[in-house]
Amino acid sequence: MLPFQVTNSPFNEQQVDLLNRLWPTLTPAQKLWLSGYLAATEFASTAVQQEAHVSKEITILYGSQTGNAQKLAEKTGEVLKSHGFHVHVLSMLDFKPNDLKKIDTLLVVVSTYGEGEPPDNALSFYEFLHSKRAPKLNHLRFSVLALGDTSYEHFCKTGKDFDQRLKELGGERLYERVDCDVDYEEAAAKWLDGVLSELNKQGGGSVTVLPQQSQVKPVSNYSRKHPFQAEVLENINLNGRGSNKETRHIELSLEGSGLVFEPGDALGVFPKNDPELVDLIIQEMKWNPDTPVSVEGKEEPLREVLLSRLEITVLTEQLLQSLVSFSRHPDFHVLLSSEQEVKRKEYMKGRDVLDVLRDFGPWDMSPDQFVSSLRKLQPRFYSIASSLLAYPDEVHITVGAVRYEAHGRLRKGVCSTFCAERLHVGDQLPVFVHQNPNFKLPKDTNTPIIMVGPGTGVAPFRSFLQEREAIGAKGKSWLFFGDQHFVTDFLYQTEWQAWLKNGVLTKMDVAFSRDTDQKVYVQHRMLERSKELFRWLEDGAVVYVCGDKQHMARDVHQTLIHVIEKEGNMTSEQAEAYIAEMQKQKRYQRDVY
Amino acid sequence: MEKFVLTPPDGPPSDVERIKRESNYLRGTLKETMEDRITAGIPEDDNRLMKFHGSYLQDDRDLRAERQKQKLEPAYQFMIRVRTPGGVATPEQWLVMDELARKYANGTLKLTTRQAFQFHGVLKWNMKKTLQAINDALLTTLAACGDVNRNVMCNPNPYQSEVHVEVYEWAKRLSDHLLPQTRAYYEIWLDEEKVAGTPEVEQEPIYGALYLPRKFKIGIAVPPSNDVDVFSQDLGLIAIVEQGKLVGFNVAIGGGMGMTHGDRTTYPQLAKVIGFCKPEQVIDVAEKVVTIQRDYGNRSVRKHARFKYTIDRLGLEAVKAELENRLGWKLEEARPYHFEHNGDRYGWVEGVNGTWHFTLFVEGGRVKDTDDYLLMTGLREIAKVHVGDFRLTANQNLVIANVPSEKKEEVDALIKQYKLTDGKHYSALRRNSLACVALPTCGLAMAEAERYLPKLLDQIEEIVEENGLRDEEITIRMTGCPNGCARHVLGEIAFIGKSIGKYNMYLGAAFDGSRLGKLYRENIGEKEILSELRTLFSRYAKERLPGERFGDFVIRAGIVKETTDGMNFHD
Repeated sequence: MLPFQVTNSPFNEQQVDLLNRLWPTLTPAQKLWLSGYLAATEFASTAVQQEAHVSKEITILYGSQTGNAQKLAEKTGEVLKSHGFHVHVLSMLDFKPNDLKKIDTLLVVVSTYGEGEPPDNALSFYEFLHSKRAPKLNHLRFSVLALGDTSYEHFCKTGKDFDQRLKELGGERLYERVDCDVDYEEAAAKWLDGVLSELNKQGGGSVTVLPQQSQVKPVSNYSRKHPFQAEVLENINLNGRGSNKETRHIELSLEGSGLVFEPGDALGVFPKNDPELVDLIIQEMKWNPDTPVSVEGKEEPLREVLLSRLEITVLTEQLLQSLVSFSRHPDFHVLLSSEQEVKRKEYMKGRDVLDVLRDFGPWDMSPDQFVSSLRKLQPRFYSIASSLLAYPDEVHITVGAVRYEAHGRLRKGVCSTFCAERLHVGDQLPVFVHQNPNFKLPKDTNTPIIMVGPGTGVAPFRSFLQEREAIGAKGKSWLFFGDQHFVTDFLYQTEWQAWLKNGVLTKMDVAFSRDTDQKVYVQHRMLERSKELFRWLEDGAVVYVCGDKQHMARDVHQTLIHVIEKEGNMTSEQAEAYIAEMQKQKRYQRDVY
Repeated sequence: MEKFVLTPPDGPPSDVERIKRESNYLRGTLKETMEDRITAGIPEDDNRLMKFHGSYLQDDRDLRAERQKQKLEPAYQFMIRVRTPGGVATPEQWLVMDELARKYANGTLKLTTRQAFQFHGVLKWNMKKTLQAINDALLTTLAACGDVNRNVMCNPNPYQSEVHVEVYEWAKRLSDHLLPQTRAYYEIWLDEEKVAGTPEVEQEPIYGALYLPRKFKIGIAVPPSNDVDVFSQDLGLIAIVEQGKLVGFNVAIGGGMGMTHGDRTTYPQLAKVIGFCKPEQVIDVAEKVVTIQRDYGNRSVRKHARFKYTIDRLGLEAVKAELENRLGWKLEEARPYHFEHNGDRYGWVEGVNGTWHFTLFVEGGRVKDTDDYLLMTGLREIAKVHVGDFRLTANQNLVIANVPSEKKEEVDALIKQYKLTDGKHYSALRRNSLACVALPTCGLAMAEAERYLPKLLDQIEEIVEENGLRDEEITIRMTGCPNGCARHVLGEIAFIGKSIGKYNMYLGAAFDGSRLGKLYRENIGEKEILSELRTLFSRYAKERLPGERFGDFVIRAGIVKETTDGMNFHD
């Protein structure tokens, strides 16, 4: 198959690129499914009967508290394998819910715990399936084996719930659910027999391919000027209890937006200002919050404008200059004189509009005059933390809440604390994609990559690994991560662990600075591994660094030079030339801020 | 003489047997996985082996669901159990335990129902440092858990100091004799160099490469106190004291508390007395009993692997015959003995040699500081001046023992300063209460125990007061699962957790620990528990015979059937 090109297909460049990355990863069955799926959309909503090889792929998911359900799932898997089926047995915890769309035969073996609750490792899958994010499952055949104990009130409740919900979502029961009591062996054997005979019966049949809502996406009309109102699907704190930090993982829906992005790109987000701060400004000036003011020719109430249209936290030279004529405070005029530049810069650091209003009254200023001095509220940018191949129609970002005391007041990062404190699931957030061509995975999927991303700097690497997993990249990968405490601050910990286990991530080194007497950072771990690190560089690895510019990126840079010097027997000039050459070859890419 | 043919049960070995077999005498891959920085946990296979080293991987279950959503692994942490044969620790050792608890664990010390110290909440990176400090204090965690002989219990006996010394020495020698011989523990935790090519047979002369099919417990009681619940042990020894001298031990075999909810083939069982041996024979007896269980215990189904099932399968007489066969001599006939209680006696008592002993009530066995009770600090201050020893009791309490009369005033002043309590202001019911750790750290718990029992007792005490039973000693025990760490069904009132807030309730055990209870109500919550107890206590107050114990009363009144043997526990 030729690669897709703009010239040999009706697709644009972005689409071609996506298709070229996706196509080599598809199994013959997936290609066949896709062709049926696309053909079916031609016939609007009519179902199409299509002769095809029935998939012999079977996924068995278990939710187990004591191990019985797991054992049964594994045993079921063995038996089905011996009948020639391809079987994947997985804990619900290890199963990516989005993969539900890709499978057509699902067996569920699940116990019920306590007062009708799902086992621990079934909890998140259970919640996903019962949430509104659960996909339509018209393509799915399933059967449930429920384990329980009749001495409890809610006998086999979890199994019953799964059974009912899978049906509600459009799934077809392959075989009726079986509920087992404490002595489960016999009932479980009966279920397995039933499932097996149904599978064999349907073995020679045909698959019904149902078209879902489809349409090839148009190129997006959304941009910085016209941001897309993305629905918030998830907003969770990644830091465990007792952490000094709060890092939000936010999942947004891009459905219907036509927005596309690549790993390494950023998402622009328009926040709203802190209502508390807005109210303090209005009170300070003794204005009426409902006073209409005009911004860009549109009249809106003052409070609304300050909340969502204008920048009130960042001081600029220009802002001070336009405010000074309204102030009767002599010091303000002095501060703005040209010889006071150093002092002025010092003053602007860590202060906001409220400070200026408080420090330099009394004011002869109308709300309209005030508003026209202020700058438009600017979007904030976050490295995207997901891949479209893994999460189609979604974008994920990782947002560290910024809060600090300065000049006697608690200061809050506008967008980060908006996301942390006032953005809820179901809300809409105005966003757009910001491309970053200088932070991109190597075209050759066999190229090894080294990723250095402490704190929220790790976000793009989640996107990288999702992408490399989805396209089946063979290249090695190595991640350096660091934060304050292992127990509470290991961002996306379980995801890295799963990737280490399945080989998508080859190596990982972590540094937790506040767990030990001596502070340890990522660069220390890099130095500990200098020999191997240099070998990877010699093998052509691409190095990515993301995160804090001022300290981390500088220290990491110095460490790289040191590693090259030491392991490559080079002078520091030679090492710097080595790095420069890497940069030229786009083998040293940084996204630092 | 009747000839018995013993056969081990059929069936493929359980997975734990595989892990032991492949472990190269308890090494596994522990050394490597303890150094893995990406997870605070260790793989399941290594955790199985970890138990033999005296520790389990646990996690804070209160946080489990929350952390899963946060994409964080469970809040993994290790429990560490310190072997203290007979529960005896020096003041220096106490101070080390106290410091480690505050430095590496969750700031508390648990005194267990088997007279051991337990730490909770130790992080992986601190494990080695903690174990090294424990060993530097001349204590060990080796074989505190796992399929081996556990901490050997003995009565702390503050009354007869001379007998205590002797009984304690035997407990210690039994404990030492049955310790695993593998060097794995020293290599992994104490940086001992690995010796190459040690022949396998020499590594574990008693246990062999597969160790025992299941845990094995030994306890020594000194009548009239049955505080160690001698009948709950795999091997129970009853000290026979004649004219103030220890003349030997009655030997009882086959006790064990654990069972599985809903599985009638599992049941608690009491050890049965099979004879008497002299003190100097007791090591030999213990070793041979252990080897019988090693050879005949069930290695296929772990829930049937305790010694009690081996005995019930083969027959008591057959096992006794095999024991005598292995010993090469016959046990003497059991001597008479008499137990009165299985609880502790609180407060100051004078020993025989002019020393004093103070038994302190420690609720739930948890040594910690709270805003209004500085128990941990108080005990630390006492340890700094104390010249005798500390004794952990089988009921999770603590004896400040062997205080010379000239030191008594100083120790007593500290007891008063920190208001350390002998529990006399509590109801007798609370003083006789016992709870296992359960949630949030124990992976087996289905319901609360240590955190909940004190609150439940607050409410039960009202009912006790209403019925004038405040000073009536009744034993009450609660566990979070049926495995029985707090020897549940030997409590006159027992609660076994089924799910959050729900318990099975058992009645009818004997006050002296010689009879098991019987299921009375299934799956009940707090409201039903209180209403049941209101009825029961009211009847007991009115209908009991003089001196009649609550556990005996409920049987005579026909409230529950008597359990005459573990094998009819479920009937």
